[in-house]
Amino acid sequence: MGKVECACTLREISDFYGKDMATRDAYGITLVELGKKNPDIVVLDADLSCSTKTANFAKNFPDRFFNIGVSEQDMIGVAAGLALTGKIPFASTFAIFATGRAWEQIRQTVCYSNANVKIVATHGGITVGEDGATHQALEDVALMRVIPGMTVIVPADAYETSQAIFSATEYYGPVYIRLGRSKVPSVMPEDYKFQIGRAYIFKLGKDVNIIANGLMVAEALKASEVLNREGIDTGVANFSSVKPLDEETLLKIAKSSKLIITAEEHSIIGGIGSAVAEFISENFPVPMRRIGTRDTFGCSGSWKELLNFYGLTAENIIKTVKDFFRR
Amino acid sequence: MVDIEFLQEKTRQIRVEIVKMLANAGSGHTGGSLSAADIVTALYFYKMKHDPKNPQWIQRDRFVLSKGHAAPVLYAALALSGYFDKSLLNSLRKLGSPLQGHPCCKNLPGVEVSTGSLGQGLSVACGMALGLRLSGINSRVYCLLGDGEIQEGQVWEAAMTASHYKLDNLCAILDHNKLQIDGACSDVMNIEPVEDKFLAFGWNVFTIDGHNMQQIVDALNVAESIKGKPTIIVADTIKGKGVSIFEGKAQYHGVAPTKEELEIALKELKDGKS
Ligand SMILES: Cc1ncc(C[n+]2csc(CCOP(=O)(O)OP(=O)(O)O)c2C)c(N)n1
Ligand SMILES: [Mg+2]
Repeated sequence: MGKVECACTLREISDFYGKDMATRDAYGITLVELGKKNPDIVVLDADLSCSTKTANFAKNFPDRFFNIGVSEQDMIGVAAGLALTGKIPFASTFAIFATGRAWEQIRQTVCYSNANVKIVATHGGITVGEDGATHQALEDVALMRVIPGMTVIVPADAYETSQAIFSATEYYGPVYIRLGRSKVPSVMPEDYKFQIGRAYIFKLGKDVNIIANGLMVAEALKASEVLNREGIDTGVANFSSVKPLDEETLLKIAKSSKLIITAEEHSIIGGIGSAVAEFISENFPVPMRRIGTRDTFGCSGSWKELLNFYGLTAENIIKTVKDFFRR
Repeated sequence: MVDIEFLQEKTRQIRVEIVKMLANAGSGHTGGSLSAADIVTALYFYKMKHDPKNPQWIQRDRFVLSKGHAAPVLYAALALSGYFDKSLLNSLRKLGSPLQGHPCCKNLPGVEVSTGSLGQGLSVACGMALGLRLSGINSRVYCLLGDGEIQEGQVWEAAMTASHYKLDNLCAILDHNKLQIDGACSDVMNIEPVEDKFLAFGWNVFTIDGHNMQQIVDALNVAESIKGKPTIIVADTIKGKGVSIFEGKAQYHGVAPTKEELEIALKELKDGKS
């Protein structure tokens, strides 16, 4: 049954607060904890279990792990079938294959059946790095967000990831959680409690508010420090829950902003930038600038180089804000 | 003793309901609903453990209509089994009806999973078979596939999964009516030799006459005794079976009977041996 031999080692972790680590690592460890607590948890992978970190679970619970091989469409269907017999399946592969190759399976079989499937994809965004465009999902959030009934979560750090995985388990219905490959800094405070559909305001700015998710939350926080020092009152909010969108918090932010910046490791088309634009343009129009990849594929490079190359940095956020006020 | 005559009579009634509901709806899939009537009858009125009063009964056998466009045959079987009142069949494809053009499990108790996009059901059936086995539930999963449908690559991914995980609680049935929308499968995209393909994928394969109730019943029973691998019953069928003017005609794949055609159909189905 889905034998996995690789170098992943299990670590005991119950508290991810303050840990700088890749969100996929937090996932792998959390899954094992979850597996111990809940016998209904089953995990599926499509021949990437060492990279997605589901191999940890496979090693601990071989009977509840199903490697489906390089067949993402089948994996999603099998996950739906498992869900329909009362299991709570977590299906993992790279974000582009999960949401791209199996999009219609997710729409038709998972969401239209309201099957309780959790799709946790790793390698979201540009920080996949050297593998290049074929493996860098810059459209996955958009693809998942358009499907009725789908919940879409982009956690900012390990602490939030672990919480989001637990929340997804308690919630009944399809969930997409997008994780990353590279190490990310800890950003969420110790008393933070993740809730599906709830955004977190670090600080409400009177001039500018930066709405970010994923690793861009850390960049937003860096940018806000500089901007505040320079006299532009800047706030930051983590909108890890792309869908459902926390409209109440968004309205509050819009009412307090001369400018809203969105920042995401995703195309500016269809992600949190689009979601925010859609809402505020209908409800409380405020000038906006979206930071993300601009209708382009990624390319090879180290992940740090790529973040710079595509402007997914605190520096670009600062520049964008200053350019706006200089107009 | 299996009461074959009773099952044949049920099949006839199901065909009557299929043509009536389709004619009433004014659209829908006639040919592939009629070709599968014997198989679906054998499942709902003979083989499957299920409880119309308790559709979520945990011990039930599961049926996945992978060829979801044959919704009318499923709806007729569910209605005649007592899942809902037969009068509801009149609402097929109408605004607000739980009887959607293709089956939706959110709307209608008895439908196990939403289908209609071809090629996806066998994967779901594999997942169900895995889940039941994991829970120690001794139930079986049945999955009805179309012969055009198996041109979808995902079917073969699922075929691998079923044999890799030795899903002997899974039984697929191929409605081998040799037709799809654009004509004969052999012209559109040849699927033969279908038996050899499944054999090569590690399945147990039976070939039967899909309109011979005794053969259907026997195959379903023997399939249950095969251990260590999934079974597929390749059921030789006639698209549009039971109504001479629809039989073997690709053009009746996706159109409903007209008023006149309904009259002919009802006459043949009431008098005929079905
Ligand atoms: C993915 C997908 N592609 C196309 C269709 C449109 N479609 C509906 S039925 C059908 C032909 C199916 O042929 P077959 O499986 O042989 O069905 P049957 O003869 O049993 O009616 C097609 C192409 C669909 N429902 N799903
Ligand atoms: Mg056919």
